[in-house]
Parts: sequence; C-alpha cells; structure tokens
Amino acid sequence: MTDILGFTALDLSRFQFATTSIFHYFFVPFTVGFALIIAVLQTLAHRTGDPKLENLTRFFGHLFFINFAVGVVTGIVQEFQFGMNWQVFSNFVGNIFGVPLALEVLMAFFLESTFLGLWWFGKGKLPAWASLACIWIVALGTSVSAFWIIIANAWMQRPVGFEIVGGRAVMTDALAIVLNPKGLQWFAHIWTGGLTVAAFFVLAVSAYHLRRKHHVDAFRVSFKVALLTALIGSLGVTAAGHIQGQSAVRDQPMKYAAFSALWDTPGGTQMPESLLALPSNTLRENRFEISVPYVGSFLAFNNFSQKAQGLNDLQREYAAKYGPGNYIPPVWQVYWAFRVMVGLGGVMLLVSLISVWRWRRGRLDDPGRLYGLLLIMPLAPHLANFSGFIATEMGRQPWVVQGLLRTADAVSPLSPLTVLLSLGAFWIVYLTLIGLDVFLLTKTARAGLHEPGAQTASIPGPSYLPEGGAP
Amino acid sequence: MSPDLPTLWFVLTALTFTIYFFLDGFDFGVGVLQPFLARNEAQRRALIGAVGPFWAANEVWVILAASVIFAAFPLWYGALLSALYPLFTLILLALIGRGVAFEYRAEVDHRRWRTFWDVTSFVCNALPAFLWGVIMTNLVRGLPIGVGGRFQGTPQDAFDLFSVLGGLATLSLFVLHGATFLLLRLNREDPLHARAHRAALTWGALASGLVLAFVYTGFVGRGLFRSFGLAEWVFPAAAALNLGLIWLALILRRDTLAFVATGLTIVASTATIFLSLYPSVLPSTLGGAYTLTVHSSASAPYTLQLLSWVALAFLPLIIGYQVWNYWVFRQRLSSLPEGTGSVLSEPREEPG
Ligand code: HDD
Ligand code: HEM
Ligand code: HEM
Repeated sequence: MTDILGFTALDLSRFQFATTSIFHYFFVPFTVGFALIIAVLQTLAHRTGDPKLENLTRFFGHLFFINFAVGVVTGIVQEFQFGMNWQVFSNFVGNIFGVPLALEVLMAFFLESTFLGLWWFGKGKLPAWASLACIWIVALGTSVSAFWIIIANAWMQRPVGFEIVGGRAVMTDALAIVLNPKGLQWFAHIWTGGLTVAAFFVLAVSAYHLRRKHHVDAFRVSFKVALLTALIGSLGVTAAGHIQGQSAVRDQPMKYAAFSALWDTPGGTQMPESLLALPSNTLRENRFEISVPYVGSFLAFNNFSQKAQGLNDLQREYAAKYGPGNYIPPVWQVYWAFRVMVGLGGVMLLVSLISVWRWRRGRLDDPGRLYGLLLIMPLAPHLANFSGFIATEMGRQPWVVQGLLRTADAVSPLSPLTVLLSLGAFWIVYLTLIGLDVFLLTKTARAGLHEPGAQTASIPGPSYLPEGGAP
Repeated sequence: MSPDLPTLWFVLTALTFTIYFFLDGFDFGVGVLQPFLARNEAQRRALIGAVGPFWAANEVWVILAASVIFAAFPLWYGALLSALYPLFTLILLALIGRGVAFEYRAEVDHRRWRTFWDVTSFVCNALPAFLWGVIMTNLVRGLPIGVGGRFQGTPQDAFDLFSVLGGLATLSLFVLHGATFLLLRLNREDPLHARAHRAALTWGALASGLVLAFVYTGFVGRGLFRSFGLAEWVFPAAAALNLGLIWLALILRRDTLAFVATGLTIVASTATIFLSLYPSVLPSTLGGAYTLTVHSSASAPYTLQLLSWVALAFLPLIIGYQVWNYWVFRQRLSSLPEGTGSVLSEPREEPG
C-alpha cells in the first residue's frame, strides 16, 4: 500500500473517523441533555404561567440552537463516511448496521428537525400546549437518535443476532440486536453522560448570573433544575459505567485488560486494581505501577476473589484462535483515557453532592468558593466523553467488528492523498466550527436574559416573523 | 410469489432522492438567488425567513437516502461513496457551511460578519446544487468499478463534458425552483416578488436549454435512455412539458402553477435518471460483469422486510408532520417596513 509522509490511507482514514466522530460527539450529548432541561423549564413555565420562566426558556432555547446547528452539520458527515472511507466494512455490516442507522433517521432526525423549527418559529402561531409538546418531542427525538446509534455501535463491540453468509454479516434476529445488553448499558451510560454535559453548562450560566444578581428569580430555577440533573446524571453515569466494565470483562476481555493495564493474569487469590501505571506496549509490561489489592476483583466481579485474564495470556489465546498477529490495543492511551474519564466522573459527582448539600443549607444563591469551579465544570463532562470514546474505541483495536472484521481490512481503496486532503479540510472546518460554537455560546450566555419576547435566535426568530401577511 | 423487495427498495431510494431534490432544491435555489435579489438587510432577512423553518427538515431527506442505500444496498453504498469520494467530501463540506451560515448569520450584529456568511451561503448552496447533477450523471453513465465494487479509476474520471452539463442542469433547475418557491412565499406587493419573477424567467430559459442539452447528449452521445419503451418516455416527456408549462405560468402570473411545474420537472427528471439506471444501481465501465445491480447489491430478505415494515409505519407519519409544518408557516413574507403590510423588523441591537 502506498503512503504519504509515512501515512497509509488506512491510518488517515482512522484519523479522519476519530476526528469526525469526536467532534460530532462534542455537540450531541449536549443536545440530548439540554433538550430535556429546556423541556422541563418550559413545563414549569407553562404550569406557573410565569413570564420570567417563559423568557428563561427562550434564552436557553437560543443557546440550544447555537449548539444544535453544529451537531446537525457534523452529523451528516457521520452518515456518509462509512461508505466513503470504509467500503469493505460497509459491505460487511450493511445488512445489520445500516438498519439502526436508517431507523435513527426515520424515528429521530425528521422529528427533531421538524419540531425544533415548529417550537422556535411557531411561537405565537401555535397554542401554548402545542409549543410545549413540540419541545418534548424534540427531547424525545434526541434520545431516540442516541439510542439507535448506540445500538449500531454496540453491535460492533458485541455482535449478536447474525450469521455470516457469503462473506458478510446477515441479520437473523432483530430483537437480539435491539436488546443487546452491551447497547442498553451503553445507552444508559452515554444518556446520563449527556445529562451531565448539559447540566454543568446550565449550572455555569446560572451561577454566572446569580453572582451578578441578574434576574435572580429566573436563574435560581434553572440552577436548581440543572443541579438535580447534574446529580442524577453523575450518579447514573457512574453506575452504568460500573456495570459496563463488568460486562466488558466478559465480552471484550482484551479491552478490559487494557483499561486496567493488566499484562499478566494475577497469580494470587485476588485481583488488585492499578491506581497509577506506565504501561508499555513494546515491553509488554508496566514500567511502573501502584495498585491496591482486592479492588480489581470487586470492580470487575463484585467479589474479592475472581480474576480477569491478562493481556499477554489473551494475546496467546487470540493468536491461536484467529491466526498470528498483534491483538493488543495501544495500552497506555486506553489505560489513561479510561482513568481520566472515571476520575472526572468522580469530580462531577463530588461537585454535585457539595452543591446539593449547600442548597439544603440554604446557600443556593451564593455559589461562594464553588463559583470558580462551577464556571469551568462544563469542560469536565466533555473531557470525560472524549476520553471515554478514546478508551472504548481504541480498546477494541485491531477489530472494527469484534472478532469478525479487522479495521485494517475494512478500509476503502483510496489514495492517501485523497484522504489527506479531506482530513485537512475537515480539520479546518471543524476547528472553525468549535471556535464559533464556543464564541457564540459564551457571548449569548453572558448577555443573559432579554426583555420578554426579545430573545431571538439565528434565523429570523418569532419576533421577526410577520403577522397577518396573507396575500 | 413473494414481493420483489430489492426492487421495492430501489423505488423507495429513487423516491427519497426525488423528495430530497424537490425540497432541498428550492433551499439551494433561494441561497443562490439571495445576492442577486436582495438589495438590503430587510430583503436578505426575508429571503432567509422564506426557507427558515423548512430547510433543516428538508435536508434530512438526503440523510435518509444515504442510510437507505447503506441498509438496503450495502455494496452500492460503499462503491458509490468511495468512488466519488472527492465529490461527496465537497458536498458534505458545503452542507456544513450552508447550515452554519443559516444559523449563525444573525448571531452577531456586524456587517462584516453577515457578509462573510452571505458569501459562505452562496457558495455552499451553489456547490451541492451543481455537484448533485455531476453525481447523478456519473451514476447513470457508470464508473470504472472492478471486483467487489472497488473503484479502479482516478478522481478526474468524475468530470467530463457530460457530467458538467448534468451539474449545470441541476444547478439551473434548482435555482429556477427556488425562484418559483419565492413567488409562493413572498408578498405579491413586495419588490422582491417582482424580482423573483424576473429571475424565474431568466433561469427558466437557462434550465430549459441545459436540461435539453443534457438529455440530447445522453441519448445521442452516450446511448442512454435507449432501452426506454413508451411508458418510460413519459417521464422525460413530462419533464419537458413542465419546463414549457413554467413559461405559461410565469406569463399568466400563476405562482402556484409555476412552482408545481418546476417541482414536477424535478420529479420527472429524477425519475428518468433512476429508470434509466434500473436494473443496475452502478454500471461499471470496465465490463458488464462488474456492474452492480439491484439484486446483486441488495441486503438479505430479512433486513429488507424489517426495513419495509418500519418505513411503512414511519414514512406516512413523517410526510404528515412535514406537511403540517408547511401549513403552519404558510403565510407569505414581506421585506417592507411596518405599516405597509407584513413586517420584518430591522436587526436588533443585542445588549451587552
Ligand atoms: C464504523 C463504525 C463505527 C462507529 C459507529 C463508531 N466507530 Fe469509532 N471507530 C471505528 C468505527 C466506528 C473504527 C473504524 O473502528 C475506528 C477508526 C479507526 C480505528 O482505529 O477504529 C474508530 C475509531 C474511533 C476513535 C479513535 C480510536 C483510534 O483511532 O484507535 C474514536 C475516538 C472513535 N472512533 C469515536 C467514535 C464515536 C464518537 C462514535 C459514535 C458513536 C463511534 N466511534 C462510533
Ligand atoms: C458514528 C455514528 C453516528 C452517526 C452516523 C450519526 C449521524 C448523525 C446525523 C446524520 C445527524 C444530523 C441529523 C439532522 O440533520 O438532524 C446527527 C445528529 C445528531 N446525533 Fe449523531 N451520529 C452518530 C453518533 C452519535 C452519537 C454517539 C450520539 C449521541 C449519543 C448522536 C446523537 C445525535 C443527536 C442528538 C443529533 C441531533 C442533534 C444535534 O445534532 O445536535 N450521534 N447524527
Ligand atoms: C465515574 C465513573 C465512570 C465509570 C466507572 C465509567 C466506565 C466506563 C466504561 C467501563 C466504559 C467502556 C465500556 C466498554 O467499552 O465496554 C466507558 C465508556 C465511556 N464513558 Fe464512562 N465511566 C465513568 C464516567 C464517565 C463520565 C463522567 C462520562 C461523560 C460524561 C463518561 C463517558 C463515557 C463515554 C462517552 C464512553 C464511550 C462509550 C461507551 O462505551 O459507553 N464516562 N465508561
């Protein structure tokens, strides 16, 4: 295979896939959680009839729009890139993988994009209950979308309900695919992760304005809603993550061993958990390691005696089963990405617990010393998401479909130059997008609430739309 | 006899593309027309507002098209997208630019910021309108595809006189369609309405010429459409008929008729393309044995059955709520200042 600057079309395609997915994934969990928070706020506004809350909803709606735009446009790339860069993969899995993707479009994308427009522009044209229904439908759509895409990806991590016919995977049991335990756990994890992304953002915005005594009545409400969401989210993401780890031991032992930098199956009667390690793929051991006994067994199996297999043993096993080759993923990246994610999950849980405790103590309005932390907290769930995906996707290498198709065999016959050019273009465009998104979110968030009715967005909003202009 | 599911899904794929071109076609058209039609900020806003509540949902049809090909014809999906890799990359980048231009243009009240997005919007609407024609032409004409759908050619293969002609034909058709859409969406008294009417006449002439030239080149130079019997010729004939009808509608100032006629032209043209393709989905120029056909590239029956049930349940629903969306925002827009009909207010100062 030819290369350019030492990179083959395969390397570049991998890099491009990681780029487009990770960028997309900066925006979409935000959308999933945010839609829900806004729907809750609008429900409160609807029930109390309080114009302050109504206005607050529009304000967060405006922020939602800014983010949603980038989520959608980066999503379109996702839909095409399988065929563009991964032709062999597409042909191999299309029978199965394509279906949840198509269901996502049919059940979620149309719903989101239509009803979001109706919600925002339909203000004043639709009755209040219909407007409320619209935002709930948007929230439903975003979650349904996340569900189907996770089901698709989960199948690649844990293939079920299929048989191999004529060199490709053919579906035999749709229900098994939908109920893939891997997918359900995963969905719980990323959905609650999405809650935290949005919740810490809304917390930061609310704390900013509470501190400045802007519209305190309104922002107190969003602060409380976001705080509860953050607590539920952090608890959920931790619990689901724990369960996921336990099924990874069974379904993808190699990945689990990489998470734990566990080179050799432990000799004693228990498995320690590594706290700090410097794993080396060349030496096939850790250059340095601190670990605590028993915790590994507990995390992986809920007892104090079971042990997981080490990377070196698994490598021997896989080589015997699948033929010669290297089956060990890049361990230090996977190990550290995993630890960063879990660590941040801990921080998020701690911050939400402290804030709730302060709330119980009646010190809600004054974020106090927590204030600075709350302002940077929105970064934490994003970083956790990023490292979570690095861990899970790198941890399954060299497989693109676990045990069935190797990433190296999945790529399209492209020239490296072609992929390099598209990769460069996507980087430029995506960096611009993320810059714009952050800039506009900050600008709009800091501007705060407008007078009732004046909160506009992007495309000429409701207050621009003409009334009674019939011909 | 069990139903021929691959053919059913081929028809549904064609239908999805048809709806996509019909709907996003006018979005592209309005985007291309904006710098020609709008003279001031209020007019630019009116044009953006004309497609504002619709474009995002229109775009989903192409996402559906991609996912339907992926699920129902995996071999076709991989072969087409990787063979025309550079074209699809450009389309994706343009769709990104267009979407963001729409959403972010009004976010900062600064002239240079808006101009930047106006230029972006123009380029990013024109590009896909052109490239879809190039892609469709390549699809019917065929590509150097070898064993397993692997592309053997070079990126330049996508471009020749014929495919460029195809691109110009879709570009002009979509702009025309955008112009007639504006006739429906704008207040009759608005100066923009009159300008859209003139634009429709100009682009109507261009589109007629280019579409005829395209069909002629395809028929004479490429031997396309030769297999057509009487029934199939109905479609290109309908396209031609409707192109003629547009003139009549424009002269009689029948806005709805004009829009229906441009829409039917797009529908009939897309149908012609897919009809001439069938039963292939991607002909190989390296020899008939490599040609991907509806049956050789389709997914297994189980997958297709599943898809059919889901489509049966959801497509009517989707079409239903999209129609409702158009109904809610059916009012005509105007760029005239307050008091003279309907209103689009001037850009608002953002405090802080
Ligand atoms: C094709 C199906 C597919 C799907 C649906 C996903 N992945 Fe994946 N991912 C791959 C197929 C893949 C891959 C083809 O296997 C990659 C490309 C290069 C590689 O190493 O694995 C990969 C790599 C990869 C990497 C980099 C790891 C590396 O380079 O080794 C990240 C961070 C992600 N993906 C993130 C995601 C995200 C955010 C997804 C959205 C749910 C996602 N993946 C779904
Ligand atoms: C790699 C696989 C993925 C593909 C192919 C994909 C595809 C897409 C596409 C095409 C869109 C645009 C839809 C529109 O125009 O409305 C989109 C948006 C969206 N995606 Fe993804 N996506 C992927 C991963 C994910 C993941 C992992 C999540 C969430 C957990 C997600 C959640 C969403 C949501 C909520 C939206 C709509 C709102 C927004 O974009 O902000 N997607 N995606
Ligand atoms: C604090 C405790 C946490 C634990 C124990 C945990 C555990 C896990 C595990 C085991 C996986 C890999 C699953 C697999 O591939 O088999 C994973 C993946 C992931 N995690 Fe976490 N996680 C935690 C916190 C977080 C947080 C706070 C976030 C983000 C807000 C997050 C986001 C992700 C993402 C995006 C993935 C990749 C997708 C997936 O496999 O679910 N995690 N996590």
